[in-house]
Amino acid sequence: MFEYLSLNRAAISAVIIIVLALALVGSITFGLRDSARRRSDEVFGDPLRTSNGWYWAVAGVCSLLLVWYYFSWGAARAYFPQSANEICQVARVDEALSPINASLPAGARFYKSTTLLSRNTAQLDDIAAGLGEQGFNAAEEAELRDIIADIRLLMVISADPASQSVESIAGFDDIEARLRGLADKLGDPAFPSAEQVATVTAEAEGQTKWGLSTVEVPLFPETAKGVKFKLIADDLAAVASDFSKIRNTSPALLAQTDAIKVRLDEFKDRVNAVTGLSEADKDARAKALKNIERLYKRFDDGTIFPPDVLDGVESAIAAVNAQKQAQQGSLWLVRATMFGGGTIVKAKTQCSEQGSGRWLPKPTDVLATFGRIANPDVGFKDVPLIWVRWVPVADIIAFFIPDWIADVLPGSYPKHGDDGSVTPNFKMTVLIIAQGDYASPSIPMLTGHMWDSIFRVLMGLAFGIVLGVPLGIAMGVSRFFKNYFDPLIELYRPVPPLAWAPLILTIFGIQDDGKIFLLFIVAFAIMVISARTGATGTQLSKIRASHSLGATTGQIMRRVILPNAMPEILTGIRIAIGVCWGTLVAAEMLAGTTGIGFVENVARKTSDYEVIWVTILILGLLGLLFDLVMRFIIARTIPWRGKG
Amino acid sequence: MSDLVADQLNMTFETPSGVQIHALKDVSFTLKKGELLSVLGPSGCGKTTLLNIIAGFLNPTGGLISLAGDEITGPGVERGMVFQQGALFEWLTVSKNVDFGLRMKKVPKDERAALVEKWLDIVGLQGFGDTPTYQLSGGMQQRVALARCLINDPDLILMDEPLGALDALTREKMQSLVLDIWNETGKTIMIITHSVEEALLLGERLFVMAPRPGRLFKEYELPFAKQGIDADLREIKQLKEFGEVREEILTMIWNMEEEIMGKGA
Repeated sequence: MFEYLSLNRAAISAVIIIVLALALVGSITFGLRDSARRRSDEVFGDPLRTSNGWYWAVAGVCSLLLVWYYFSWGAARAYFPQSANEICQVARVDEALSPINASLPAGARFYKSTTLLSRNTAQLDDIAAGLGEQGFNAAEEAELRDIIADIRLLMVISADPASQSVESIAGFDDIEARLRGLADKLGDPAFPSAEQVATVTAEAEGQTKWGLSTVEVPLFPETAKGVKFKLIADDLAAVASDFSKIRNTSPALLAQTDAIKVRLDEFKDRVNAVTGLSEADKDARAKALKNIERLYKRFDDGTIFPPDVLDGVESAIAAVNAQKQAQQGSLWLVRATMFGGGTIVKAKTQCSEQGSGRWLPKPTDVLATFGRIANPDVGFKDVPLIWVRWVPVADIIAFFIPDWIADVLPGSYPKHGDDGSVTPNFKMTVLIIAQGDYASPSIPMLTGHMWDSIFRVLMGLAFGIVLGVPLGIAMGVSRFFKNYFDPLIELYRPVPPLAWAPLILTIFGIQDDGKIFLLFIVAFAIMVISARTGATGTQLSKIRASHSLGATTGQIMRRVILPNAMPEILTGIRIAIGVCWGTLVAAEMLAGTTGIGFVENVARKTSDYEVIWVTILILGLLGLLFDLVMRFIIARTIPWRGKG
Repeated sequence: MSDLVADQLNMTFETPSGVQIHALKDVSFTLKKGELLSVLGPSGCGKTTLLNIIAGFLNPTGGLISLAGDEITGPGVERGMVFQQGALFEWLTVSKNVDFGLRMKKVPKDERAALVEKWLDIVGLQGFGDTPTYQLSGGMQQRVALARCLINDPDLILMDEPLGALDALTREKMQSLVLDIWNETGKTIMIITHSVEEALLLGERLFVMAPRPGRLFKEYELPFAKQGIDADLREIKQLKEFGEVREEILTMIWNMEEEIMGKGA
């Protein structure tokens, strides 16, 4: 069942989107009609005007989900499941052309020759300007300047159309002709042949569909259109490879290069023979020579061409691009309307979504991911989200009894006897119980990331309530308690809970106790303050009445002041749950090996956006659930609130 | 000798701004067992203070107060109190409110149930035992408060403007109820009220108190309460004597109020 849903996400989305669109249109229509009817008999500003507009809630939910579908490209996948695969093939063309484009303004702002020339000139200028401080004498310096002028001449020769190498002229012509040929081939309706399509699509056999695995977009073409672009891209890659090999090594350039080399070597031998220089001067001279030599060596690979040689190639590429655009046909429209802000990019061995579709997973994918990790056999990092586990009763009892209880009991642990046997005494028995080290029946307990998070919040909250409420009530009725504890609580309460986290997690360790203690101090302050407010709010007449009815101090506390403080206490619990929930997730991100916050943090490290969204949704829904439970409890336990 | 004896009671407060207020000055009286006393006076005459002292919520700064020979030093079950707003425990049902005192004394359950039934019957709330008190009307809430107080079998019942917040009709019914209870149980009852008519109807004896300093100004012995046990209260109000006393007391209180205004100006 789940398998089926997971494998047919695209089709399911298609149905859901239609339902959402219909519901949106329907609810808006209904809402507008209803508003028109009500407008006549309602007073503007009446607070009741906001009630009973369920259809706007439907419209809101539907539009939110539709926006999600649009920006996550879920609509594209639902209705044009092949589009990503085809866009990927088109992207292959861009990838194949990228080496050529890197030499052109299309890919790099400037022609590559322009960039090289301006950079080399700037560096030669730098060297020439600094020549006076490198420890050369005047004669040597003049000679070096002459050599630099020679090197500048190399650039002039390279950029001069008259001295361009014959091979490179032929090479570019060849590239241009092949590109034009490929542009024509791309435009040829007879290409690719049915046979070619069959051969190439056979490679795509069995590859996973869009979004069904960690490979986001299927790589091999599945349609005739895709095959066309793929084959052209392969040919273009070969052309681009040849383009990269073209060099402008004219005889004039080689001759000049050799001449400079001879001159430089001769100069080097001469200046290196000079003796009696300081160490600093020696270093500076060597360094300057090395820089000049390195610059000069850049010219012998012939990568600088005359200004207009690439015009033909450029226009041929434009022809390829125009044909690429034309041959996309309806795909272009799909791309413009369904891939909100982003596209699919091919890089080396995979095609990936770039843009909102990347970090905003499709709704159905999020559900599928939830379904996958909700499966207790899979889980996340070998821990299920929430599941049942059989735990020995002994372990549960041991959880609540610290080992030191046994240590502080009077007496000592037994010593082994002469026959090597050990007879447990009372002290040892207590230790065994505290460590849960005996056979006992097992009972089912909850386990997993979600349960761990819930358990920590509930434990922290429980300690906060058990200790905070009595103190709060005592502070509400006793001058001593109020003034003695007020400074302590007011000093620690304003500290943001997470500011305690590093300290507490260091002291208690990353296991549950640290987090529970952190949540305890969060809940404690809230519970103290709310119980105190509730206790302070008890009407004097009620307390007097209970005195007259013969109640003792203890009875008044338990029977009158505590129930009277219940509304505030329950509101406090409701607030404390919310604050604890927020604190817990952040604490789990800091440290730990289980919990929803831990899951989200791991997913962040691996950029697993689907899991991140799953955790966000789980956190939101659990928070909502806590609040609903509290609202239910409040409605059931204190219906008398505010009616005293 | 289960009389309430007040001897030279004095009570002074200090306001936060440091002004001394003489709330009670040399108040002395004796209330015999079974008497019905109403206390009347303009606001600020110390009648509530007097009641709080008798209830044991306040200690007088001078003088002695004793019930049945025992000096009053704090609240006690033998002095039941009914408050203006009922002061019911809204988180409890009617019967849990009524048997509150018994539960505090740890009276067994069966005994409690029987007593609750009896008293709910007397105050006219049979069948309302499981109703939450916040669902009751003001008059019914005061009936609960009465039952809650009476179930403890106090020697003295103190009522602090118990009917002040009720509408006219309910009020009249409650006045009858108080008279009936007084007649049937023979309890000593002390009622504080703002209403002159109520004071006349519910007072075998009537104290008129005067303010600044709070003191007993005049005492009346009245026949109306006894008459009211059998007769219709509205008829009693029509009696000529009733009207005369009412006018006399109204004039008296009017003059006191005038005097305060004059002093204040």
